[in-house]
Amino acid sequence: MNRDSNVYTVLYAAVLVVIIAAVLAVASGALKTPQERNREIEKKMNILTSVGKAANVDNEDDKNAYVENEYAKYIVEAFLVNANGIKTDGDAFNVDLKAELKKPEKERLLPVFVCNNNGNRQYIFPVRGAGLWGAIWGYISLNDDFNTVYGAVFDHAGETPGLGAEIAGAEFQKQFSGKKIYRNGKFVAVDVIKNGSATPDDYNVDGITGGTLTSKAVGKMLLDCLSNYKKFFDVQKQNN
Amino acid sequence: MSQKEPLFSEKNIKLFTDPFNNSNPVTVLVLGICSALAVTVKLQPAIVMGLSVTVVTGFASYIISLLRNTIPNRIRIIVQLVVVASLVILVDQILKAYVYEVSKQLSVFVGLIITNCIIMGRIEAFALGNKPLPSLIDGLGNGAAYGMILVIVAFFRELLGSGTLFGFRIVPESFYVKAGGFYENNGMMVLPPAALILLGVIIWVHRSINKKLVEK
Repeated sequence: MNRDSNVYTVLYAAVLVVIIAAVLAVASGALKTPQERNREIEKKMNILTSVGKAANVDNEDDKNAYVENEYAKYIVEAFLVNANGIKTDGDAFNVDLKAELKKPEKERLLPVFVCNNNGNRQYIFPVRGAGLWGAIWGYISLNDDFNTVYGAVFDHAGETPGLGAEIAGAEFQKQFSGKKIYRNGKFVAVDVIKNGSATPDDYNVDGITGGTLTSKAVGKMLLDCLSNYKKFFDVQKQNN
Repeated sequence: MSQKEPLFSEKNIKLFTDPFNNSNPVTVLVLGICSALAVTVKLQPAIVMGLSVTVVTGFASYIISLLRNTIPNRIRIIVQLVVVASLVILVDQILKAYVYEVSKQLSVFVGLIITNCIIMGRIEAFALGNKPLPSLIDGLGNGAAYGMILVIVAFFRELLGSGTLFGFRIVPESFYVKAGGFYENNGMMVLPPAALILLGVIIWVHRSINKKLVEK
């Protein structure tokens, strides 16, 4: 057969692509379960980290079981909140935050996770936004005064290593603890400021030197995402 | 050549060992530098990257060599790319399923194995003109030699940049200035330029041991 003929070339390409597509489809199907399980564990781990739990995960032999255990122990409730701040039924854990944030504000159903920390309750809110190079996301937990930040955890898709990527580091995240999101009754979230550009107070944290754009993106993300919950905060405060 | 060659014939062994010295893809041919800079901050991702590249180069060379008499010449490069890309997707999926943490650290660099010049280089230079078994050995050897350089670079970067190896603390906490000691991690080691400098040093050492490599 003439290997340089057009028919041969086209047929060869077609057959090759079909075979490869089949192989990849089978592999993707077979590996789906463990992959989804990994993502679920990672999400639970992030939620727990935002309230300072599951800190020993690196010393555990069976990480998955440990995370599941801690999650079952501390996260007592998960629900959705509508635009009026009212609890709604739904699968809070599997909400696609990215898709929800794209919807008009009135139609959003956003998840809230509740942690029972030896009698104290913390409320955990997922946040998501755009960093310098790609998506950034995280979880921020508030005390039940809906003002004081208890903890925060952030992650990113592809911020600059050593600079913007440091938002995923403990040094940056632990600054958030104890900050306030309301200044004299006005919602401000927690601002991330450039080193030394403003007086450090209860409403801001230091950004990362050399990672100013990513740091600012974190501040914007907190403001944008937490403001969706303002009605919820009001409703809860009235109930308290 | 009709006689069957034993697996561990001198020629085959040389195919595997040569990349570690005389024809090292990184230090002699200076290929695959991009990922050598990116994934060598810590040892663990460097080893996983080395293994992934070894698997991909080995099997890509083997598969292309099997197909070498059927591939239409005009779409030769595309066929090679399709085979390499599918292998890389497979590796990526497997990493995501079984070593999720590491796959997160490697992030885009697993996908970028496709663009690693070593793979296409070995296919073009060797697998297209040789039998499957020698091609497999050649691919594995080159991948492993690339991995070896990654591990050497990562060893120094993790030790000097973070004071750890495989995440275990080597430099005691009490040595650090923070804890009242005298020691600071070298911050430059965690940045890509350090890998470039280390690679330069490795090439220098390699050439001073192996005089054959020195250009006249």
